[in-house]
Amino acid sequence: MKAPKALILRAAGTNCDCETALALKLAGAQPCVEHVRELKAGRVRLIDYALLILPGGFTYGDDISAGRIMASELRGHMRELRGFIRSGRPVIGICNGFQVLVKAGLLPQTPANEQTASLASNESNRFETRWVRLRINLQSQSFFVRGLPEIIELPVAHGEGRFVVKSPKVLEHLKKTRAILMQYVNEEGKFSGYPYNPNGSLFNIAALTNPEGNCLGLMPHPERFVTKWHHPNWTRQTFCKDGVGLEIFRNAVQYVS
Amino acid sequence: MSTATPVVGAPALSWLEASPKTLQDLNTKNGWSLSLLELQAIQSHFRRLKREPTHAEIETLAQTWSEHCKHKTLTSPVRLRDGKSVRAYKNPLAETIMAATRKLKKPWCLSVFEDNAGVVDFDGHWALAYKVETHNHPCALEPYGGAETGVGGVIRDVLGVGLGAKPVLNTDIFCLCRPDHTEALPEDVLHPRRTLSGIVSGVRDYGNRMGIPTAAGGIHFDADYRFNPLVFVGTVGLMPSDCVHTKILPGDLVVAAGGRTGRDGLHGATFSSAALDEGSDASAVQIGHAIMEKRVLDALLRARDARLYRAVTDCGAGGFSSAVGELAERVEGRGGVRVDLSKAPLKLEGLAPWEIWLSEAQERMVFAVPPKNLKALQAIMAAENVETCVLGTFTATGRLEVFNGEERVADLELEFLHHGLPRKEQAAQWDPPKIATSARPRVDAERLTSLLHQALSHPNVCSREWVIRQYDHEVQGGTVIKPLQGTRHDGPGDACVIWPLSVTNDPLQFKGFSVAHGLRPDWGRIDPYAMAFACVDEALANLACAGADVSRAAILDNFCWGDPNDPRQMGSLIKTAEGCRDAALQYETPFISGKDSLHNVYRDSRGKTFSIPGTLLISAVAPVPDVRKAMTLDIKGPRNAVYLLGRTTEELGASLLASFLKLEGPLPKVSARENRDAYRRLGQAMQKGSVLAAHDLSEGGLAVAAAEMAFSGEFGIELDLDRMACSKGARDEAVLLFAETPGRILIEVDPEKEKDFLKAMKGSALTRIGCTLANPVLRVKGLDGRIRMEAALEGLKESWQTPLPKMMLVQPPHNGGSR
Repeated sequence: MKAPKALILRAAGTNCDCETALALKLAGAQPCVEHVRELKAGRVRLIDYALLILPGGFTYGDDISAGRIMASELRGHMRELRGFIRSGRPVIGICNGFQVLVKAGLLPQTPANEQTASLASNESNRFETRWVRLRINLQSQSFFVRGLPEIIELPVAHGEGRFVVKSPKVLEHLKKTRAILMQYVNEEGKFSGYPYNPNGSLFNIAALTNPEGNCLGLMPHPERFVTKWHHPNWTRQTFCKDGVGLEIFRNAVQYVS
Repeated sequence: MSTATPVVGAPALSWLEASPKTLQDLNTKNGWSLSLLELQAIQSHFRRLKREPTHAEIETLAQTWSEHCKHKTLTSPVRLRDGKSVRAYKNPLAETIMAATRKLKKPWCLSVFEDNAGVVDFDGHWALAYKVETHNHPCALEPYGGAETGVGGVIRDVLGVGLGAKPVLNTDIFCLCRPDHTEALPEDVLHPRRTLSGIVSGVRDYGNRMGIPTAAGGIHFDADYRFNPLVFVGTVGLMPSDCVHTKILPGDLVVAAGGRTGRDGLHGATFSSAALDEGSDASAVQIGHAIMEKRVLDALLRARDARLYRAVTDCGAGGFSSAVGELAERVEGRGGVRVDLSKAPLKLEGLAPWEIWLSEAQERMVFAVPPKNLKALQAIMAAENVETCVLGTFTATGRLEVFNGEERVADLELEFLHHGLPRKEQAAQWDPPKIATSARPRVDAERLTSLLHQALSHPNVCSREWVIRQYDHEVQGGTVIKPLQGTRHDGPGDACVIWPLSVTNDPLQFKGFSVAHGLRPDWGRIDPYAMAFACVDEALANLACAGADVSRAAILDNFCWGDPNDPRQMGSLIKTAEGCRDAALQYETPFISGKDSLHNVYRDSRGKTFSIPGTLLISAVAPVPDVRKAMTLDIKGPRNAVYLLGRTTEELGASLLASFLKLEGPLPKVSARENRDAYRRLGQAMQKGSVLAAHDLSEGGLAVAAAEMAFSGEFGIELDLDRMACSKGARDEAVLLFAETPGRILIEVDPEKEKDFLKAMKGSALTRIGCTLANPVLRVKGLDGRIRMEAALEGLKESWQTPLPKMMLVQPPHNGGSR
């Protein structure tokens, strides 16, 4: 069977495209890294791809705010994007890509792509890199987390990752539609403050999907945990399996295969 | 000279007739940092040509001949009076550090001391480039901007080596005064807290945006850096092996790409070659723009992979003048270049030609492009939104010809530009300081625990987590051994290990590399020659602890010194260079690149000068044959054997214990050859999988190393001091716990693999001095077999974790509840 094509859309300042492409390759996809300009010029069409990934980085230097400019660029292709999502194909926005999805009004999903949430500056007010524990929402129907344990570990590295909403209704809606996919927890799997919640996110939210579960945005970096040697404690031999990040990509690829 | 177009832009004053006094006045007024000898060499050159030099020509010469670009102190003759003996060097750098590399003749050294970075073989297909730079003066005046452009500059060095390497790791080391310094400082000197916070933010914002992990480094605090902080930044990159060597042909186009040229950073090279004083101008500091450089990086690597250009270099100090000047010399035959500055895109109108020529505006690269490839190159650049311009053509005239439109603003012979610098013999003197060996007071057994807490909370030992977490040390997905280690990811790793998947794209190849540093300025105060050995030893010991193949290590030198015109400071500089040479030979570890930064001097309003302590940074890189066998420092479990590699000796010079007890004394001896063999064996033992953890003994000795391993792994350690291999005078509990004899590594070994381990380490001094415990304590048995210390790990860790946040006035790290 032919490997499904995965479009990794980059712009000036994208910097996680190589490792994301490798993760997709390992997951069985055929990664294609393209500049967003190609989309604008019509040389790349979303419809030709089975998956769409917005990788991490600092698109356009995160000037104005993280992901804002790239989000404006995508807003020019909203019909195409919405069609892609509606067709059920997997979309993943990682870190800066999540920021883009939020600022483009694609997550939380609203009928008119109104931006109802944001990823604001970390409560600590600085960029931080650390591994976090995440609890997966077992009520979610999303294929991305199929077969994953309830608690997983992934690294975060960002300065603007604090999930905030415009009004309490937004959070209620997210809960109701089972759109909250991952939450930061401590070693016992419980909600806790900093540093377990590394940025001060509302309701400890680390990852969201649309209600259908095929459009995923997450602050942690699954592409940085694709082999066991990526885990910070692999020398302690407590981890023997492949990286859990790779499972997420695999689930996406298998879903479209 | 060619007479087709007259050379215009003549200076206001006549050079040909100028008196020495007039020349010196001009020099001061224009900030050229040239000596009278150099000014006169320029004068007689133009007298021979029977014409006045232009402003642009003098500026070009001043930049090219600056300490920053030519390293004239280390490459000019020197006569060293060392006690009673006298040694003369024609070119000290070539006769010490570079001579050692030549003598070692390692076939895997692909390009050393010739390009923008040192290059060694990585795995036959890929070559590894490493460069470490300093950015001291800019960071003293404007820490954030200085650090940003420092990082940007060293990244460009690696982009500009051979046909360009992809950066895969950034490193950073700072030397500064402790951030809780309370004594008054002159008005123009920034407080060290502000300096540290600024440089950390600068490294963070530039490195993170570039998508390069910053995963190795260190901070050294010493009050003598209060006026002149040091900022070392390094970049490691990988490139295909056939991209290492370049050749430019006459007729190739000079293509500049990247940022526009502005008035920023004028005179950066000459500014960094002078002392700082109250009048130092922060406008000599450049302005960085990381995303511009990221675009250049993306475009450059695409153009490289299409082999569209024949050579590339970055615009660093001296801007176009030094970039174009350097490339012109590399053209086949006599070399030469002809450029037209009016073609350069500008940030603002109204720049004088010499300003365009000299501007150190950032994020610019210069390429040598065969005319047939120009269109393709421009297309790739444009696709990444990188502006390009054709500045001119490389020629075979042996001249550097600079035009501004029709106007010829400079016309210099390359031979004079690059080899006309007059050399004068420098005086150097070294008289070893008289070290009184004070009698060692008996340290009460009760005090040992408090000394350990004191050592762990010392600024030079305590946790750097606050800094490290601000850097993205995992971008590119290859940091398999991270800077923060242990159960809670906060223990102090010796060295990171990079598995360069972002370049090789092959997760079935497990070759990686490790980077580590050595820096001991406190040793240099006593014996600069020994400092070089201590630095090399420390860097290699760290590499061994991570599981690297030390027999394939390569090292880089960075000299930061005070006033080279002071024979004593020059003496310690030359002694250090001699130490580097001998250390390289004895460790069989070649230098592949280096850089010096002199004039780290501050002159106060009363004219009193303050120099930094002579500071050598050794940066080391070595391959890790199989990253799956790399290792961390944290204790992995209870009931494992604990071995100590190396012998402890009684000398306490430059140790923390000596500073706590206010002792003076000689330095320990470094047994270079023994240590070299031991490190190589340890690397092999690790590759065979018999080692569970390893950590080298540095500041604070055995006690600190054991504490760090134990609290990082959350298992206890029991040490039996009576079992330690030591010199006769070292049989003292305080000495055994806190001596800093180099060459010692504490190792945790799986009892089931003890035989394999001992076999691999055969020939090295190795003693089993204890075991690991399930109890979270550090327990020490004294020479009489009684328990001398039993300290809870939690308390030790707290002593180690809290000082830096406290000094920086930020929240301490959260230690977590139960696991």
